[in-house]
Amino acid sequence: MTEQKYNDVAALKEQPNVPCPPAKDLHPLMKEPLVRMTKRGVVTTKHKAVVYVVGFFLALLVGALMLLAVGKNPLIAYRDMAVGSFGTAIASAETVRIAVPLLIASVAVGFAFKMKFWNIGAEGQILAGAVACSYIVIHSINNGNYIPKLPLHLIMVIFAMIGGAWFGFIPAFFKTQWGTNETLYTLMLNYIAIQYIVYLQSLRTWQDPRSSYPKIVDFSTFTEGKVELPRLFGVHVGWIFALIIAIIAYFYLTKTKHGFEISVVGDSMNTARYAGMNTRWIQIRTLLISGALCGFVGYLQVAGANHTLTETAAGGVGFTAITVAWLAKLNPFVMIPISIFIAMLQKGSLFIQSTMRIPASVADLLTGLILFFMLGCEFFIEYKLIFRRKRNVSRLEQKEVTV
Amino acid sequence: MQDAKPAINENVVQMQHICKSFGTVQALSDVHFELRRGEILSLLGENGSGKTTLMNILAGIYFPDAGDIFVNGKHVTIRQPKDAFDLNIGMVHQHFKLVEVFSAAENIVLGLPGKTTINRRALYKHVQEIADQYGFEIDPEKKVYDMSVSEKQTVEIIKALYRGADILILDEPTAVLTPQETDKLFEIMRAMKADQKSIILITHKLNEVLAVSDRVTVLRKGEYIDTVYTKDATIQSLTDMMVGHSVSLAIDRPTTTNVEPILMVQSLTALNQEGAKALDDVTFEANGGEILGIAGISGSGQRELCEAIAGLCPVIGGSILYRNIVDGYEVDENVIGLNPYKIAKKGIALAFVPEDRLGMGLAPSLDMVDNIMLKHYRENKGFFVDRKTPRQIAERLVEELQIVTPDVFTPIRQLSGGNVQKILVGREIDTSPRLLMVAYPVRGLDINSSYTIYNLLNEQKEKGTAVIFVGEDLDVLMEISDRILVMSGGRVTGIVDPRVTSKQEIGLLMLGQSIVM
Repeated sequence: MTEQKYNDVAALKEQPNVPCPPAKDLHPLMKEPLVRMTKRGVVTTKHKAVVYVVGFFLALLVGALMLLAVGKNPLIAYRDMAVGSFGTAIASAETVRIAVPLLIASVAVGFAFKMKFWNIGAEGQILAGAVACSYIVIHSINNGNYIPKLPLHLIMVIFAMIGGAWFGFIPAFFKTQWGTNETLYTLMLNYIAIQYIVYLQSLRTWQDPRSSYPKIVDFSTFTEGKVELPRLFGVHVGWIFALIIAIIAYFYLTKTKHGFEISVVGDSMNTARYAGMNTRWIQIRTLLISGALCGFVGYLQVAGANHTLTETAAGGVGFTAITVAWLAKLNPFVMIPISIFIAMLQKGSLFIQSTMRIPASVADLLTGLILFFMLGCEFFIEYKLIFRRKRNVSRLEQKEVTV
Repeated sequence: MQDAKPAINENVVQMQHICKSFGTVQALSDVHFELRRGEILSLLGENGSGKTTLMNILAGIYFPDAGDIFVNGKHVTIRQPKDAFDLNIGMVHQHFKLVEVFSAAENIVLGLPGKTTINRRALYKHVQEIADQYGFEIDPEKKVYDMSVSEKQTVEIIKALYRGADILILDEPTAVLTPQETDKLFEIMRAMKADQKSIILITHKLNEVLAVSDRVTVLRKGEYIDTVYTKDATIQSLTDMMVGHSVSLAIDRPTTTNVEPILMVQSLTALNQEGAKALDDVTFEANGGEILGIAGISGSGQRELCEAIAGLCPVIGGSILYRNIVDGYEVDENVIGLNPYKIAKKGIALAFVPEDRLGMGLAPSLDMVDNIMLKHYRENKGFFVDRKTPRQIAERLVEELQIVTPDVFTPIRQLSGGNVQKILVGREIDTSPRLLMVAYPVRGLDINSSYTIYNLLNEQKEKGTAVIFVGEDLDVLMEISDRILVMSGGRVTGIVDPRVTSKQEIGLLMLGQSIVM
């Protein structure tokens, strides 16, 4: 009896040891779960591209369904968005003007994210930069507008970058010193920056003397246009800086010792310590850079776009930049087209707001949908779903549904 | 007639034609498995042979791609761990799944259906009954965070028994135990066997297989090899089945001349990351041309000792003197308070293979070149990194150590454990160290890779390097080391000569009983 059972196993083993799929499939009585996921092995670039393209179109499709639900023709809406953002030279210039701060801010948060330092305070850092450079302008105005144009801009840039860097330094210092949570910290600093501007609006030296409403003076009028950035191809020259920053950032992250340190700290803090890196300084240094870039955005908003300081100077750029950085997988080069695309959505939605009376928040909706689907793509790149198969069908005919 | 009384050798579990793949990796292909009532069956195989995967299928954690499972003669589907519980199958995982802030008894009933309140007194009594029945020692009210590893394991086993498990799967249960604790566990296993429970022991330690089990099922690279009676097997025959070809199991211990101290640690006291005392008055010397083994139950301060020497763990007292050669003169330099970079800057050739390879020694998302660059990236001048030199080193290491990788630009977390370890050890040895510290260097490695590592350590020793080897397998430590330092609770309880010491003696030292030598 014993031997016989023992031999059973031996007999089973005698069957040719074929790799799966094996000689026998799942027993008919064995109920498979309805859906289960398994890891894919090798992922080809082609497969990745297909998943992303499908994900992108699915996002547009869901967006279209939502437009249909409110009774608008989605095809016309999408066409108008394209026309409204790139149909004319003026529209294109406006789109690029939206993309410029977005691109720089994305690069800035990308630096911190690469280190797994969740800096969601770009908004506040932008405002800090805007406040700092506005201070120079206000100072100049109140003292007889004495600073000439070029030095004015140089000082403004320096002040803006110091202002932004300061707002990057504070959370980094507290995190490295006492382990505070940088996400909450940077988020809260945003509100401090906003409320500080609200305070400045009613400050006698900053307020517009011609307005009883709390509002900061128009820099353009009071400096006789000195504060305005020159234009190139219809957009203020900030776009050139943005491109240069993206390119430098790419090389900084991939080719320099600093960039290498950022990668290692982001990957494993202990490994960085093991390699003798000064992890505290690396984090602070990177946040100084990240904050300074955001501060530079603040300068561009003041000198290039608004010519004054308002609490909406950042206008959500700091948050949208997080989306752009993720969609670009933290690659500064990829951030260029993505920030232009997001700007296109925003500009296009303003256009259809007037032509089709669709609220401009459709841009946020679409951005959210695209982000949602792109993040979903990650899952389908790494895993595949296997649905329960039908019984009594030869294995070759069975479908393995893969998305 | 036979129906009334189950046959003694009745199969309680039968698994046939089991297949399971993860991505392109075929973890199990056409595997068979049988377990009888009232037996202890060893499931033997190297790391990556699929033994844990097979048992995870039985415990409902994975679902097989194909195959049949019969429990007590009935065809069953096990889709989730609850299904396995319902079939009286319980698994004790290698990594315990306990809630630290709960007591033993609370962990045992956690997740079971019941009323909103717990009658603790009745619960404690029930737990105590199970413990007494098989000879466990347990305090049902003790919190898990206060427990030793062996106590936590006891809780896990009782948890399974409390849920009525008749079929118990133990995944490498002895990896964390001292020899004495292991013997005790084996006694309990025999008591459970006498109670007609069936036990599966997943292991790769052959002496344990021979000591406790009735039969052995061997898997190799996801394939079923054979099932044999333990009484017919020998260590050599099992190894050959496990590895697939004949292997020599002897580890060399070459004799060296010129044994002289390189590292002198005196009264070292250090804190761990939580700020508790992890090292207490540790004193020893490590000599060039010698392998100093460090034994101890995991968490006895081995990690902190290595990290303190490497400049990664805050030291509050004592000294670490490193005999450096500066301009031809021997200088004893105290490295306390220096970080790894400053230690390296002093010209101290120290190499360290930490326990947590991917968490400390390497950056898993980066490729091999960048990981090799980790130690050299400051060496060139200027702002930019030089990837040329590390690339050459990487390509040389791939060749010398037969590292299996698509290329040197593949993120190393995609490589197997053995290859990752070869990269780490290779990088460290490549710096021609005078002091080489390795912590659990063969953990998770197959036999061939393990022997490659042992040979590399012996090569270093013959070159005159002082090697410190923190290990968990006492048999290996006793074969390869020239001296063994035993730690318990952050203290040195003895430094012994493995040629004349017994395993039992080291076991006692590991439990903290200092012996006056």
